[in-house]
Amino acid sequence: MSNRFDFLIIEEMVELRSKVLDIGCDDGSLLKMLQDKKKVDVRGIELYSDRVNLCLEKGLPVVQGDANFDLEMYPDNSFDYVILSKTLQSVNRPRDILEQLLRIGKKAIVSIPNFGHWKVRLYLALNGQMPMTPSLPAKWYNTENIHLCTINDFLSLCDEINIKIIKSVALDKNGAQLNFANRIRSVNLIGEQAIFLLKKNND
Amino acid sequence: MTKIVKHATKDFNLASGKSISPLEIAYETYGKLNKDKTNAILICHALTGDQYASATNPITKKPGWWDILVGKGKPIDTDKYFIICSNVLGGCMGTTGPKSQNLITNEPYGLNFPVITISDMVKSQVLLLDHLEIPKVLTVIGGSMGGMQVLSWMSEYPDRIKSAIPIATAAYHTSQNIAFHEVGRQAVMADPEWHDGKYFEHNTSPEKGLSVARMTAHITYLSEIALQNKFGRNLQDRAKKTFSFDADFQVESYLRYQGVNFVKRFDANSYLFLTRAMDYFDLISENDGILANAFNNLNASVCVISFTGDWLFPSIESKKIVHALNSKGVDVSFIDIESNKGHDAFLMDEPAMFKTIRGFLEAQYVK
Repeated sequence: MSNRFDFLIIEEMVELRSKVLDIGCDDGSLLKMLQDKKKVDVRGIELYSDRVNLCLEKGLPVVQGDANFDLEMYPDNSFDYVILSKTLQSVNRPRDILEQLLRIGKKAIVSIPNFGHWKVRLYLALNGQMPMTPSLPAKWYNTENIHLCTINDFLSLCDEINIKIIKSVALDKNGAQLNFANRIRSVNLIGEQAIFLLKKNND
Repeated sequence: MTKIVKHATKDFNLASGKSISPLEIAYETYGKLNKDKTNAILICHALTGDQYASATNPITKKPGWWDILVGKGKPIDTDKYFIICSNVLGGCMGTTGPKSQNLITNEPYGLNFPVITISDMVKSQVLLLDHLEIPKVLTVIGGSMGGMQVLSWMSEYPDRIKSAIPIATAAYHTSQNIAFHEVGRQAVMADPEWHDGKYFEHNTSPEKGLSVARMTAHITYLSEIALQNKFGRNLQDRAKKTFSFDADFQVESYLRYQGVNFVKRFDANSYLFLTRAMDYFDLISENDGILANAFNNLNASVCVISFTGDWLFPSIESKKIVHALNSKGVDVSFIDIESNKGHDAFLMDEPAMFKTIRGFLEAQYVK
């Protein structure tokens, strides 16, 4: 988790002693961190059984499941936060998943790799090929990232489905925070990833 | 050495409204109970299992049915935990069952044994824990019918368990599974040596019928691919087909062997009663159609395990349990282990399952 700068941002967003579901929790590093540092009541979903076992060894309650199909089993508002870190781009229906997150959780935390980053744009412009960068290293035909988007795309989707963005943080490649407030265009150009704290607009 | 505990009070009341007296429970223990009594693990055995989970089974002289998992340094480590495994109520390995003596008639119960339920089995295990003065077990674990008992513990005695591991099981017996059991029972009853369950009076037993029951059941415990890989269409000790009904094929020979060996160690009436108990199991209907309500008072951590190649207790049934636990906010984990071994995977060398159980148990123990 050396380069998971987003974990630190997520940790800041989560309130003490809250209840959190991490979708695509991998080896449980984030959940463990939230449990230790924020006394959070944690739950996880992970697709691969070997990673579920890594979570169980850490004493974390994790259910093997697929974000595409298994979110329906959670009741409405059963968590304070539902976290989807760098997974939205690999689900079948990102829009439906976003809506599920805010059905299950009172708030959601979503982090995305930014496909609007200048290196990505330049790669496509110069090479005329699907971009490959250190954070997006796979070829177009074998990437799990089937729904990549830019920070701008994400903002418009939230607007479209009436999701309120409470907080947004973009990070450059060194993990430094970028000022989001009034400089969306440049953030979308130099932000390598972004983390959003979301809630339903009508709450 | 199997120990027997005798239920001292007069009647052991059953779900059916009937009762048994006396009740004897045969059990084995492995390892040592620690001072704080925080390291006890209760293992619930499956349909044809027994109390000999670990070490050598003194009757068959073979390793205990879960010796691969339970023992020194193994995932259920006898150096670390105190392990209890009792023969189920209705069984035939020392716990009161249809072959036990009915004190009223002074002969074995046979079909006069009352129909028992999974819940009755668990109730008898509670008496055993009371006898051993263990207020709360670290975990209760079991596969198949053992998993049903685990679910029953979670539902009925949530305060007596710190955690639970139901494996390859379901919250109710499906129609198909009841159907398979009925075939097995009819095979037993169709054997003229069954004598309406009074074979003991005739110094015989329905070995043919029970053997057929076991052969059918055994197929359901495996998988098409496991059978194909193991036997294919290979012939048994012969170069060509004999144009007869001999066991030409290896798979036939194997099944006959399974059947013949089974009848040596199992009582036919026990088989009837235990399959019936599984058929009757239904935590959904017992909770007004909502499985989640079975777990209203559950505060334990639960680790549900299923196997992808299990078509008798398919993963979807485990997912229903996970779903119900989730909706009650229970601390639940779930793993669907990739395996083509069929239902019996839980009894076999499945390193991923070992890892899951070891990891989960260690985390529960330090918690």
